[in-house]
Amino acid sequence: MAEKTDFEPNIVAFLCNWCSYAGADLAGTSRIQYPSNVRVIRVMCSGRVNPLFVMNALQQGADGVLISGCHPGDCHYMQGNYYARRRFNLMRNFLEYLGVEPQRVRMSWVSASEGAKWKEVIEEVVNGVKEVGPMDQFKRRQLNW
Amino acid sequence: MNGKPKIGVYVCHCGTNIAGTVNVEEVVQFAQTLPDVVVARNYSYMCSDPGQALITDDIANMGLNRVVVASCSPRMHEPTFRKTLLSGGLNPYFLEMANIREQCSWVHDDPIAATEKAKRVVEAAVVKARRLEALDVKEVDVEPSCLIIGAGIAGIQAALDIADAGFKVYLVEKSPTVGGHMAQLDKTFPTLDCSACILTPKMVDVANHPNIELMTYSQVEEIGGYIGNFDIKVRKRSRFVDMDKCTGCGDCASECRLAGRIPNEFDEGIGMRGAIYLPFPQAVPAKYTIDKENCLFLTKGKCGESPKCKDACKAGAINFDLQDEVVEFKVGTIIVATGYDVFDARLKPEYGYGVYDNVLTALEFERMVNASGPTGGKVVMLERGKKKKKKEGEEAEAPRVPQSVTFIQCVGSRDKSVGNEYCSRVCCMYTAKLAHLVKDKVGHDCEVTVFYMDVRAFGKGFEEFYDRVRREGVKYIRGNPSEIYKKGDKLIVRAEDTLTATPLEHETDMVVLSVGLCPRSDNREIIDLLKLSQSSDLFYLEAHPKLRPVDTASDGVYLAGVCQGPKDIPDAVAQAKGAASAAMIPMASGKVKVEAQTSVVNEQTCRGCGFCVELCPFTAIELVEINRMGWPVRVARVNEALCKGCGACAAACLSGSIQQRSFKDVQLLPQIQALGVK
Ligand SMILES: Cc1cc2nc3c(=O)[nH]c(=O)nc-3n(C[C@H](O)[C@H](O)[C@H](O)COP(=O)(O)OP(=O)(O)OC[C@H]3O[C@@H](n4cnc5c(N)ncnc54)[C@H](O)[C@@H]3O)c2cc1C
Ligand code: SF4
Ligand code: SF4
Repeated sequence: MAEKTDFEPNIVAFLCNWCSYAGADLAGTSRIQYPSNVRVIRVMCSGRVNPLFVMNALQQGADGVLISGCHPGDCHYMQGNYYARRRFNLMRNFLEYLGVEPQRVRMSWVSASEGAKWKEVIEEVVNGVKEVGPMDQFKRRQLNW
Repeated sequence: MNGKPKIGVYVCHCGTNIAGTVNVEEVVQFAQTLPDVVVARNYSYMCSDPGQALITDDIANMGLNRVVVASCSPRMHEPTFRKTLLSGGLNPYFLEMANIREQCSWVHDDPIAATEKAKRVVEAAVVKARRLEALDVKEVDVEPSCLIIGAGIAGIQAALDIADAGFKVYLVEKSPTVGGHMAQLDKTFPTLDCSACILTPKMVDVANHPNIELMTYSQVEEIGGYIGNFDIKVRKRSRFVDMDKCTGCGDCASECRLAGRIPNEFDEGIGMRGAIYLPFPQAVPAKYTIDKENCLFLTKGKCGESPKCKDACKAGAINFDLQDEVVEFKVGTIIVATGYDVFDARLKPEYGYGVYDNVLTALEFERMVNASGPTGGKVVMLERGKKKKKKEGEEAEAPRVPQSVTFIQCVGSRDKSVGNEYCSRVCCMYTAKLAHLVKDKVGHDCEVTVFYMDVRAFGKGFEEFYDRVRREGVKYIRGNPSEIYKKGDKLIVRAEDTLTATPLEHETDMVVLSVGLCPRSDNREIIDLLKLSQSSDLFYLEAHPKLRPVDTASDGVYLAGVCQGPKDIPDAVAQAKGAASAAMIPMASGKVKVEAQTSVVNEQTCRGCGFCVELCPFTAIELVEINRMGWPVRVARVNEALCKGCGACAAACLSGSIQQRSFKDVQLLPQIQALGVK
């Protein structure tokens, strides 16, 4: 954690199309500024996020991963965000067992109207990952897809 | 076409929206170095005609088979560019978008960081595009009928428009009558039309229209399916009155042992009714209803010797054995028009509502000034909760008439302390209207004062009306009262005149609180049925605040009226007409495209564990038996008409056998790599 000061983490975020992706778009339309460390992959539902994706992102060099979906009860597909939450909790235990700090992998609920909350979530995630430093537990060679 | 990928990358400037922050030239140069990219260009507005022509020309001249557009959000223009591909002769699902506006140039002001991020996002789109596949766009038939939930003015108007166009409408209203809040009003601003005169004919029309099936005192219990083919279940609550036999004569109501003892919801509790009642004389349908929460016979099993209403009804319409009825039907589209609740004035205890008899809400006051309301349209001082101990033969004491009436605006609106930041848009004008009605009904010597923050007279004819009311002698004082208390038989309003910075104590007989419009307290019912989102003010969220104001995120579901946000009657009607025409588009075309990004099973590797079957929220997956190399095995199969493309199954399959089209593991993993690598 020596390079804490100038370390800019790289965070991969999985956002559901209906709530969180729309919320992130709203942050844009409202010109809310936030750190550029987060890069987004759009999925239709947070329930699509396979725990494998999270492991994969960490292996590929991401320092942190965010999964964000609709608030409980508001999933466009009724249950997807509950599935995501259940998987996330199991995965977090597993990652902790592997020595991955809990700050690295986060889950949040951001609705289509919460542009301001999106900024807060990003700041929280970025600061959390900055605290624990670069991810090098899973370093490996790149695959050629 | 599925051969070696040949990708074109198009980076949009969006005027200066993108190019002002992101160095688009640099992004283009970077894109040219990516695998399988044969051309990369930038252009000022990709969504314009010449912008789209760049793509179609390149498809024709360079044989592109994949397209990446780096511009605004796919939620904005994915449909536009899919059409471009189609017109260029390419399957529309060979498109991938990179969002470098909403999620890049607009949120990062540092050009270097923004350009760096844009490159990453473009790279992720390119590596996904390499793996994209052509998808079939299927169409299904649309049921030519519409469900409308809520029969206020918005629901009524939408129902009439759709029914007039020749489609079937199921209009479901929770309360015993149609009309909603507009039926409670006396006059309407700014023209002072009589609300009943313009509304009642429409209420009668919806009841009689051959294409409208009206279900009052009913509730939607289940909604399944999807645009074009929704399956609806409605519970018609029992009124314990046979709708076919009831003539609406009202003989029963006057006989009810509880007559005049139960607060009438329609009169906001300032008028009374019995256990069997008609909410108001012009109610539609004009059929009586027994309220089973209060009826002696239904709660205690006994009403004196025999139920008096039943004895009184010559038509024999009263039947205590009637049960709720559940009906099921199919519709192609749904309009939500469930309206609002007024702000609960008890949440501002400093105004003493619920404590002082003559602190009223504006809706209570509407009932009071209404000629068919509980006081016959007379403005009188209230003695709430006091049992009228009128003895036989004794003349009732004439109620006192207030000498001064004071209005307080913005109660529960523009007020962070109660969590409502928004303006309710109607209170300024209805206050002006009610102030005028006081002058009109009580007389010009009745002193009328309005406390306000700002007067927002923005609509057609509003400013003129506000001027007129002031000329009639209504006094406007700028300042938000801090407290109301009682002194003798007067009410004292403590406030500060913020224009002159003088604190004042204003003495008055009656205070009317101009309560704002709030989301309904039972909103959750509809949200659970339809998965509607709410905006930060908790009204239902439209698909786009400007361009899709009547649509929702769910295809085939539209919004009308105040359920989407505060508005007056003309705006509610305009939106209802908009929702009606939006709902008629799929019904008129008769066909609608269904989700193409559905899941698909690799039957060679599926182990038939059935895990995905359990998981699918839409029961779109079933296990079927197939012949695999001579052996009968069970595998999962997706019903594409039911699959909504959430991908929950794909995330759970242990063998990776079920995959969501356009979001397959092999399409997402390269994206993860592109974004993960430093
Ligand atoms: C005091 C006051 C005075 C006003 N004066 C004026 C005026 O002078 N001029 C003007 O233009 N506007 C005025 N307004 C505003 C006006 O009331 C609204 O613009 C209008 O009534 C909105 O109609 P709506 O159909 O959207 O909602 P509503 O009138 O609220 O109708 C909604 C209907 O849906 C039903 N419903 C709700 N939930 C369900 C469900 N789950 N299932 C089935 N049915 C359901 C309700 O029972 C109701 O019948 C005033 C408002 C107030 C509070
Ligand atoms: S697709 Fe996967 S989860 Fe579904 S039955 Fe086959 S193996 Fe099991
Ligand atoms: S993608 Fe969603 S809706 Fe489609 S089969 Fe899988 S779980 Fe069911």
